[in-house]
Amino acid sequence: MDAFILQILNGLDKGSAYALIALGLTLIFGTLGVVNFAHGALFMIGAFCAVFLQRILSLSFLTVDETRTDFLGNPMKVETPYVVDWFGPELGNAIIDWSVPLAILFAIPVMVFVGFVMERGLIKHFYKRPHADQILVTFGLAIVLQEIIKYFYGANPIPTPAPRALAGAFDIGTVIGFDANTIIYPYWRMIYFAFSLIIIGGVFGFLRYTTFGMVVRAGMADRETVGMLGIDIDRRFTLMFGIAAAVAGLAGVMYTPINPPNYHMGMDFLVLSFVVVVVGGMGSLPGAVLAGFLLGILESFASTSWATSALPGINQIIIYLVAIIVLLTRPRGLMGRKGVMEE
Amino acid sequence: MLGLSSKDTALLIIVALLALLAPVLLNPFPEASAMAQFNAGYPDLMQRFVIYGIFAIGFNILFGLTGYLSFGHAAFLGVGSYAAVWMFKLLSYNVVPAILLSVVVAGLFSVLIGYISLRRSGIYFSILTLAFAQMSFALAYSVLSNPKFNLTNGETGLQVYTDDPQIFHRAGLPDLPHFFGLSMRSTYTVDMGGWSFDFNAGYYLCAIILLVAFYMSIRIFNSPFGIMLRAIKSNQQRLNYTGLNSRPYTLAAFVISGMYAGLAGGLLAAMDPLAGAERMQWTASGEVVLMTILGGAGTLIGPILGAGFIKYFENIFSKINDNVLHQWFSFMPDGAEDFLVAIVHPFVGKGWHLTLGILFMLVVIFLPGGLVEGGQRIGRFVFRRNNRKGGGLEPDAKAKQPAE
Amino acid sequence: MGILEVKGVGKRFGGLQALGNVNLSVAENTVHAIIGPNGAGKSTLLNCLVGKLIPDTGSVTFQGESVLGRKPHEINQMGISRVFQTPEIFGDLTVFENVMIPCFAKRDGAFRMHAYESVKDEVEIREKARLILDDVNMLEKRDMIAASLSRGDKRRLEMAMCLVQEPKLLLLDEPTAGMARADTNNTIDLLKHIKATRDITMAIIEHDMHVVFSLAERITVLAQGTPLVEDTPENIKGHPKVKEAYLGETQA
Repeated sequence: MDAFILQILNGLDKGSAYALIALGLTLIFGTLGVVNFAHGALFMIGAFCAVFLQRILSLSFLTVDETRTDFLGNPMKVETPYVVDWFGPELGNAIIDWSVPLAILFAIPVMVFVGFVMERGLIKHFYKRPHADQILVTFGLAIVLQEIIKYFYGANPIPTPAPRALAGAFDIGTVIGFDANTIIYPYWRMIYFAFSLIIIGGVFGFLRYTTFGMVVRAGMADRETVGMLGIDIDRRFTLMFGIAAAVAGLAGVMYTPINPPNYHMGMDFLVLSFVVVVVGGMGSLPGAVLAGFLLGILESFASTSWATSALPGINQIIIYLVAIIVLLTRPRGLMGRKGVMEE
Repeated sequence: MLGLSSKDTALLIIVALLALLAPVLLNPFPEASAMAQFNAGYPDLMQRFVIYGIFAIGFNILFGLTGYLSFGHAAFLGVGSYAAVWMFKLLSYNVVPAILLSVVVAGLFSVLIGYISLRRSGIYFSILTLAFAQMSFALAYSVLSNPKFNLTNGETGLQVYTDDPQIFHRAGLPDLPHFFGLSMRSTYTVDMGGWSFDFNAGYYLCAIILLVAFYMSIRIFNSPFGIMLRAIKSNQQRLNYTGLNSRPYTLAAFVISGMYAGLAGGLLAAMDPLAGAERMQWTASGEVVLMTILGGAGTLIGPILGAGFIKYFENIFSKINDNVLHQWFSFMPDGAEDFLVAIVHPFVGKGWHLTLGILFMLVVIFLPGGLVEGGQRIGRFVFRRNNRKGGGLEPDAKAKQPAE
Repeated sequence: MGILEVKGVGKRFGGLQALGNVNLSVAENTVHAIIGPNGAGKSTLLNCLVGKLIPDTGSVTFQGESVLGRKPHEINQMGISRVFQTPEIFGDLTVFENVMIPCFAKRDGAFRMHAYESVKDEVEIREKARLILDDVNMLEKRDMIAASLSRGDKRRLEMAMCLVQEPKLLLLDEPTAGMARADTNNTIDLLKHIKATRDITMAIIEHDMHVVFSLAERITVLAQGTPLVEDTPENIKGHPKVKEAYLGETQA
């Protein structure tokens, strides 16, 4: 039983990432009708926002400390980050330590801007083109974006730790009545899960309770009619693209302590997120979220030792297997509307 | 000739001449000159031109004719490579059974994947093929390389070891892939003045197979079957209401293109007896899509051009480093030189993929017909200008189609 | 017994009863028009006939064989061809290739690889395609790309693609929708010519009364998913029920 709960928990963080990326993909597909292969790159750019902010905050200047010497006997050179110099050691070091959460504030405007530029500059011209062209041009864009990041940050994963206060793990087992040390779960993964729930809730609430959201939902159902009502649907869709980009970006920011980001993480997640969207049902937001968590948990179960000893490597292919089975038996996915992209 | 129209025959002859004379044509610069870095007449590079040309020709039969965009064709390439290396391990280094088996195995594999994937169309088809390819990659990379059952040798890649059975191997035969005794690596070098040309056995084997593959693709394009495939791309609804079930046609096209991919994979292994899982990754599938689009999807010659273009520039661009750039711009004042080097630097050397991505976007945005369409546009432009000067012929308003 | 028998067909979309108990019999070698105001269920009925929709109740038989549950291509092989409201042609192909494809399909309907044969060697089929293009006056446009044709020519081409298969029943879904008067008259003449030169049954769904009364030998009036009257054009013209259904729409 405890092992069962542990596997569910282990699936949650990956599931959260899948759900957030799939949510953005579905928003873009549902509102704009565009299949965005560059969405994984947005996730990756978000992660590198965190890296960037951490680097910026850690920018240092050198001073010579006469009182100490290094091992050669020369006066020791000391690096002092500017923020420490400005805000004093306590606050300054805390700012550096908390750079990942701070990066959320930094990433939102950056990602919305990136989304805007992408939509206005490129995607807009592809609404009327065939899906194949959309796939190809966004695929090209994804390559460009990840190569740019690679140019600046290199090919190796960059460790971006969580704040020290949140680096430990929590013994959930003791809270829900199991023995100590049976169900241990890192704080940061809990935060990631809670964070993704907040974002998902925020997006749903936004679509449900604001007039803007109402128009967008109407546009998802029938774009042309809404356009005829005299509503500038295009501008709203541009903003929608920005929001989807921000959701993917925030998912990336918060994921950095779980997995050090590298330039191709976007591509890795993108393929799986597409599978998630398809399993959930193309165009269905709840479906994307549900399928994201389900597949994350399923993957976690497939990674247990009894699963891999029964079927070696099952953890590597389980998601694809599920996707293939779903597509063949229920092409519209778990929660897809009938008739939407069923062919 | 050979059942082709005069236009197609001319095209085939041109391709044949280019392929057979490639070792000379691709080495236009003397060995010692500074321009020698732009030569491409090296056996392994020429082999890659031709092999990826075959891959793209096959992909074009599916994508160019039916419009079904597969994002998983690298899986068939990889399967072909594995099959070929297994033949080397079990039988001998003779390439003929290896290549034959790679085609057969890739064909069977594509029947399986195609049968399932083709139950959907459009973007679902793309995602299904992508999922299958990623699954194959995962299978090859780790699942099928456990100690109990080692089919792919995982990360190391499948290769031939001295304790492999190789039951038909004889003492007189080369210890490398060979064609009935003729080693694929045997090269005849001709030195002429400052030039040096390599005539490589492996390259010529690939080139001849390319010509056969190209000839077959022309036949398919001009056949009733080819017209059916184009009809599927154009209007599947009408085709259904015309009394035809389109699925057998798309499946046939899928399997044919899968076999082309397997053939390319088998040839890759025949040139270098090694098969690795990275050949199956979806970026590799993306590359063949790119070659086909860049050259011109749905045209005969486009995929070959695209494959050659990408493999050539991959080779050249990735070789250029800052030293080379400084040499190029050395005629400029120092400041301008450094500036230009700094600007060009991200796009060359390891930045080749950046250039590739940009190129890809530009082609899809501005030139959906690829290089072939670009060439046609330039041709038409020049043609019109000449007309205006001469004041003679009327420009031909009607678009002529090759098949009719 | 007609060539096409529709008995008790009903179709419901959610809360909307699109068709309720439709009975219809199309006699062989006649032109039978189905008319009715917007939302009368004309298109739903047509889609039930060609296998695009499966009705909830009732039966549809063609020459005594049921068409229900068959796929569009199987229904075509039984001898039914369909002309769409907006012409459905192979836009990327030439006019001549457009006509050749139905010929290949008709050869035996089944899948045939013929990947190594050349289109140029299909002498018989080429001759057949040439004749039918000549018949609809499209021969001089045989090398044009189909998408570049005018609306009227696209309609002619679609008609040729259907006729080359020598169907027993031709279903026409508003064949003159969106056409100018001259094009409409041309299409009427074409349909008359087609009817006069071969044994063929036509079922026309049409809005334009001018077209209906120029062509039809029998007319069924559909309103709110059920057939109101079925009679000859002369009798339909003055029928009070029809006038009521159209609320003054019947100018003819």
